[in-house]
Amino acid sequence: MGHRTALYQTHLNAGAKMVDFGGWDMPIHYGSQIEEHNAVRGDAGMFDVSHMTVVDVTGSGAKAYLQKLLANDVAKLTSPGKALYSGMLKEDGGVIDDLIVYNMEGWYRVVVNCSTREKDLAWMQKQSAGFDVNIQQRPDFSMIAVQGPQARAKTAQLLGEPRASLIRDLGVFQGLPAGDWFIARTGYTGEDGLEIMLPNEQAPAFWEQLTAAGVRPCGLGARDTLRLEAGMNLYGSDMDESISPLEAGMGWTIAWEPASRDFIGRKALEQQKAAGVARKLVGLVMEARGVLRGHQKVVVAGTGEGEITSGTFSPTLGYSIALARVPAATGTTAQVDIRGKLNDVKVVRPPFVRNGKKVYE
Amino acid sequence: MSDIPAELKYRASHEWVRVEGGIATIGITDHAQAAMGDLVYVELPDVGQTVAAGDEAGVVESVKAASDIYAPISGEIVAINDLLEGEPEKVNADCYGEGWLFKIEIADEAELETLLTADEYQAKLEDE
Repeated sequence: MGHRTALYQTHLNAGAKMVDFGGWDMPIHYGSQIEEHNAVRGDAGMFDVSHMTVVDVTGSGAKAYLQKLLANDVAKLTSPGKALYSGMLKEDGGVIDDLIVYNMEGWYRVVVNCSTREKDLAWMQKQSAGFDVNIQQRPDFSMIAVQGPQARAKTAQLLGEPRASLIRDLGVFQGLPAGDWFIARTGYTGEDGLEIMLPNEQAPAFWEQLTAAGVRPCGLGARDTLRLEAGMNLYGSDMDESISPLEAGMGWTIAWEPASRDFIGRKALEQQKAAGVARKLVGLVMEARGVLRGHQKVVVAGTGEGEITSGTFSPTLGYSIALARVPAATGTTAQVDIRGKLNDVKVVRPPFVRNGKKVYE
Repeated sequence: MSDIPAELKYRASHEWVRVEGGIATIGITDHAQAAMGDLVYVELPDVGQTVAAGDEAGVVESVKAASDIYAPISGEIVAINDLLEGEPEKVNADCYGEGWLFKIEIADEAELETLLTADEYQAKLEDE
């Protein structure tokens, strides 16, 4: 038996098919992954993401510590609650994890992946030597992601003031406390929506209220097709400790300025950048029949070979899409080996879908 | 609990077989469609093609995975379910009815004896 979130029984009652995910028993779907996917693109759906790890970083050295720990720079977070996406790197530039950090005014809240919890926390502790910081996990929180064009409206109507106003007024990529809750306008679907942290004991009742308000429960299956359409990386598939962020489509998350900020991995990345990286992460599109899958070989005529890191059928587009690591010189076309046959694909710049619409060229 | 109609025969690789007047209709079982999740493509053999028992005769792909379909018995493919080209989800909705895959003209009736009964297929699922 794996770890269970506070919503485990709620999922079973709703007919969820449960699977092991990073040591947690989580819902993969509640009947139809595609219908759940479409609910998020067209209306509102919700995900139990309580398996993710919430870590509060406090103390007078919190800012300086995170400026060393992360490739992106928390100094960019000048307004209350503003959030930042960043990689946490090894000295050699490999990605230990990707995470979100919120500016809590004087301290920071960090959300890291579930499958990397132990190594992340060990790394964060190790790197805290010499800084006045306290690193505290928050297992008392459940986290519910409500996503889709109607997500904020449907959630706000269930809540009294001041939470309803807060949801209306939140900026994109901003999260603020609301009593013993924390409400953020973030997500992993490419739609507008919220990620709500609330005490474990309040989670089942709130989930039921959301269900009654027409927010559809969605499993990890839909979460994966939604994030892939949105061109968002999945740790462990699209990047890991052996991959540089420069080869994982994460170049935009590296804050090179100020040059004096000596974050972990900086020297390695500077060398890679100067030498030129050999590979890049791109999007692939195959409008013909068939489904691109992780680990299929990508053949770029005259250039070399690469590999699909994540692939799926896109329910929104009606054909298959993928992320793939390919030679840096790859142009606009390639071929993918599917069960021994080479299939033509287009090479595009992700994302594929945002706010319900096709966005790639 | 998956649905396993008593009147059908089964192959251990999760195909079902309905025999009517020398023609065998083939599909995938309720257990298989549930395990696959939402189907998005179905690749079927060509009408007129001859298959031997155990040959790969098609592929079903869901959002999650691709899975080969094996011919449960030998013979000529005499019909395929064209509906599935546009509506592969029919396999999820009605795997023993509208979601059938293809029909084989049975070459050797004795091969039917090699297939599993509903009870045997049920026992196999319980072993998995």
